[in-house]
Amino acid sequence: MHTLEEIIARVAAALPGARLEIVPNNSPARQPSLLLEPGRAVEIATFLRDDPQLRFDYASNVTGVDWPEKTVREKVKVKKIVGGMEQEAEELVERKTPGFLEAVYHLYSMALGQGPLILRLRTADRSGQVALPSLTPVWRSCEFQEREIFDLFGVQFQGHPDLRRILMWDNFADHPMRKDYAPAGDQEAQP
Amino acid sequence: MIAPPAELPAPGRVGWADHDLLEVAMGPHHPSTHGVFRMNVVLDGESVAKLTPIFGFLHRNHEKIAERNSYLAAIPYTDRLDYICSMTNNWAYVLTVEKLAGLPVPDRAEYIRVIVGEFTRLFNHACMAGFLLQDMGALGTPLMYAFREREKILDLFEALSGSRMMCNYLRFGGVRCDLPGGWREQAAGVAAAFHPFLDQFEALLSENEILRARTQGVGVLPPALAVNAGVTGPGLRASGVNYDIRKVDQYGIYNRFKFRVPLGARGGDVFDRYMVRILEMRESLAILEQALRDIPEGVFLDPKAKLRNLRPKAGEAYGRIEAPKGELGFYLISDGGPAPYRYRIRPPSLVNLTVLEDMCLGHAIADVVIILGSIDIVLGEVDR
Repeated sequence: MHTLEEIIARVAAALPGARLEIVPNNSPARQPSLLLEPGRAVEIATFLRDDPQLRFDYASNVTGVDWPEKTVREKVKVKKIVGGMEQEAEELVERKTPGFLEAVYHLYSMALGQGPLILRLRTADRSGQVALPSLTPVWRSCEFQEREIFDLFGVQFQGHPDLRRILMWDNFADHPMRKDYAPAGDQEAQP
Repeated sequence: MIAPPAELPAPGRVGWADHDLLEVAMGPHHPSTHGVFRMNVVLDGESVAKLTPIFGFLHRNHEKIAERNSYLAAIPYTDRLDYICSMTNNWAYVLTVEKLAGLPVPDRAEYIRVIVGEFTRLFNHACMAGFLLQDMGALGTPLMYAFREREKILDLFEALSGSRMMCNYLRFGGVRCDLPGGWREQAAGVAAAFHPFLDQFEALLSENEILRARTQGVGVLPPALAVNAGVTGPGLRASGVNYDIRKVDQYGIYNRFKFRVPLGARGGDVFDRYMVRILEMRESLAILEQALRDIPEGVFLDPKAKLRNLRPKAGEAYGRIEAPKGELGFYLISDGGPAPYRYRIRPPSLVNLTVLEDMCLGHAIADVVIILGSIDIVLGEVDR
């Protein structure tokens, strides 16, 4: 099994300028993932599938994750002038990290018996019109699962052959797996 | 004499008599769909020109419900995914939570898991063969033979967990309770009696001329397409791809057992998918024999296992097992809270349906029923 650093080096050698970033995972499972830039995701995915040393020919699990906007409160040391004297004081600063939606791909290699390699794609924000490139042309197994992300999270997959709702009905407007979803008239819902 | 149309149909089509295409909605209440599943089939005469699967009739957003509940509360819910194989659903979920939280599992519990998992595989495959024959028109008999054997295993499960089908038996770090007295001997008896049943089942079915005529050369799935489309389980191995997660990942204690992985010999048609399952049942029996012989004494649940109010530290894990229908995976993200931040099920039934249209094109509509039956889906898992 190649380490993520080796995989990044192989991708960078074959596709100059492709930026990949390691997303650490602190759980005992030790499954860190690779963050791709959406613009070149199809190119990178095709390389990962076809490269004779990697051969990730099987995309097992494809799913979405919603990360809403977060407010982080931090104590920051600020220098203040109080009564002509410079003093150090702590101030509570609120910082907002922007929200985004994520598509996560778990890849395995059936030919070489290795994996998982986890790919992540992130949208710029989490508005109604967010788009990511579809990897269905690379792995057909993404077809229904990307449709499910489109249905439940509201990510438009560009290049998907048949992007329709899959589980909810066609006239349904919302995306139920988003964290802020509240069904109409549900008094118990706690978004 | 009527001149044939200038444009002849592609080879393999059944007929070209009527070029008016007819769209038929098979399901959601068609008996062959094994639940509420709909196929919009466009027919050219009797042969299939296009097939669109329509899902969602059984959708209850299991994932959202599980994200509101504690980790423990999701276990009984997983029973309802593939409601035939509740034990393996439990297993995939607890395996992932154990990965996420880094929990050890005692040896005895691992053996119990293998035993119930392989029993589940046995009756799933037997029932699948029965349902397939039912779809072919052998009404009742083969299915009831399979159900008779399944009932004996369900009795075992009931003695073990208190429930026949919704077992809710596995726990993080082990299983819920120990084997009751005499269970092991009874289980060994059921497993031993399964061999003669399989012999009889095969003598009745595998050589049957009608079964062979209906299944051989029908619904061929080329291996390259099967891999690319993410088909897993017996359907993949019927196409000749040697990929069994019990061998690849060796999760649990599968490295301790000797068993073979049967592969299809005819290029992946419906008969191969039937035959691979029959052969897999023999291998499951071999595993059961070894596990029932070797199971050690000891604790059945890790004494430090924390079931209630489990809060794994922030991170994520993907765990998967070889469920009877294919790769059943769970993907969990924890943010350190009492409920999973993200809870995702990778359902084998849904992904295996990706190639349904490819397998059906050009075949008669009567074959669609058999091809669907050979994939072996359960709608509780497809729609979740």
